[in-house]
Amino acid sequence: MRDVAIIGVSQTKFGELWDDSFRDLITDAGLGAIKDAGIEGGDLEAMYVGNMSAGLFVQQEHIASLIADHAGLTPIPCARIEAACASGGLALRNGIMAVASGFHDIVISAGVEKMTDVVDPTPAIATASDQEWEAQQGVTFPSLYAMMARRHMHEFGTTREQMAMVSVINHKNATKNPRAQYPMEVSIDQVMNSTMVADPLRLLDCSPISDGAAAAILCPAEDAKKYTDTPIYVKASAQSSGSLALHDRKKITTIDATVNAARKAFQMADMTPKNIDMVEVHDCFSINGILAIEDIGFVEKGKGGQAIEDGMTQLDGEIPVNPSGGLKARGHPLGATGIAQAAEIVWQLRGEAGKRQINNAEVGMTHNIGGTGGTAAVHILSK
Amino acid sequence: MSDTVRAWRHIPQRYNLIGSKCAQCGTVFFPSRIICPECRRKGQLEDINLSGKGKIYTYSVITTPTEEFKEIAPYVVAIVQLEEGAKVTTQIVDCNSDDVQIGDEVEMVFRRIREEGNDGVISYGFKFKLKK
Ligand SMILES: CC(C)(COP(=O)(O)OP(=O)(O)OC[C@H]1O[C@@H](n2cnc3c(N)ncnc32)[C@H](O)[C@@H]1OP(=O)(O)O)[C@@H](O)C(=O)NCCC(=O)NCCS
Ligand SMILES: [Zn+2]
Repeated sequence: MRDVAIIGVSQTKFGELWDDSFRDLITDAGLGAIKDAGIEGGDLEAMYVGNMSAGLFVQQEHIASLIADHAGLTPIPCARIEAACASGGLALRNGIMAVASGFHDIVISAGVEKMTDVVDPTPAIATASDQEWEAQQGVTFPSLYAMMARRHMHEFGTTREQMAMVSVINHKNATKNPRAQYPMEVSIDQVMNSTMVADPLRLLDCSPISDGAAAAILCPAEDAKKYTDTPIYVKASAQSSGSLALHDRKKITTIDATVNAARKAFQMADMTPKNIDMVEVHDCFSINGILAIEDIGFVEKGKGGQAIEDGMTQLDGEIPVNPSGGLKARGHPLGATGIAQAAEIVWQLRGEAGKRQINNAEVGMTHNIGGTGGTAAVHILSK
Repeated sequence: MSDTVRAWRHIPQRYNLIGSKCAQCGTVFFPSRIICPECRRKGQLEDINLSGKGKIYTYSVITTPTEEFKEIAPYVVAIVQLEEGAKVTTQIVDCNSDDVQIGDEVEMVFRRIREEGNDGVISYGFKFKLKK
């Protein structure tokens, strides 16, 4: 296997982007990454695109070819990768495997979602759960995470305030991110008094409905310096599956797929949580900001809420979490998220993260979840 | 997609809570499965008629539903731990949302699930209510 490097990244602004179509967004992100890498479109040998549900959001399937066509990249091979909200993380992983294996030299891994063209995105999002035995019972996606939150509060005494803190920190970080959808500060009181969505989760506990795209260019590590002075190296790319329905898990206060993918990633990189200087976690709902730091292993199970209350995850904390603003405040265009997370870590490691720059960071991690944990992808990147 | 066919296909499970039990390891599944994930080919799954009695394992109250369920909002959803072992996702009906607690005993009731699917058909199935 060859070592792999990331030589270019890009992310569109995330938000409700009425002027931009699905194909505009992904073409914009792709071009940005190609320019950032200092290559030509013609250098690309393959493309992987993470996308959860163009079929339901914009009534379009067969999107990989559509994108290759509109980006002027035909006839390169291209494929769409789908694993609900983890589609982007898996597109990254598939690109990494293609380069590592020697099958291709330069590939682009991207992600895109256009969620605001439909009036009600909730039924489409709910297809990330078990359609027949969860969604058809009237369960919405936020309510599944709400049920995890309720059980975590019950078993470990996690408080409503601690969950609110996850959103407060994310929003604060997002004020320093020009690409974020909601770059405004919110207070604990504002979170706790926002509109109820699925008790105990409120509007400001939820990631938003977003449009956006992101892209990354990969090449063999040994060639990376030909293109850039600051290549970022892939130390681990791990993925795990888990039961699709929440009710089929022995425990719902832990996401087994996160535990398994993180363990595998640490093994691959020959590292422990202590080696990680910052992490972009999948805080699709505030409770997952707590589950993630426990399941990855930064804190013991049940101690996540307290750690957040103690400031451990703030930008200047022991382990900064979501310098970008996370899914909560950067935005969560489902298929784009996994790539956007990697882009943030790349900018941080290169020292290009502007006002949210974490100093002296050597190693960063991304954590991308599909559904309620049917999929998890964890990557470790380093200078 | 035909909701009529989909609803019809699951009538035994949705009307009578028929699950499956692995004769090898004793695990109970609902909905029923073809393969026991623990035992795989060594497992042997048999139908089991679940009693419909259990306890609230966790719950939520939905105030932002999809279009389809708007009429009944706010409503309680829960994961119920059945006495045979499997857990099931369901609505909790005939209650005040404030009355529901983790650990509460519940039992299955037979109800209309959705006013209409894509084919305008009414589907029925299980919901649960507090046993008090
Ligand atoms: C939480 C949610 C239901 C809110 O949607 P909604 O009730 O339709 O909200 P609206 O679009 O009416 O927005 C109301 C206001 O809140 C803002 N807003 C909406 N969602 C927000 C969010 N998540 N965070 C912060 N602000 C938000 C809007 O900009 C709007 O502000 P305005 O009044 O100043 O224009 C929706 O964002 C949602 O479903 N999120 C979860 C997405 C999801 O499940 N993703 C997959 C996770 S893996
Ligand atoms: Zn078995």
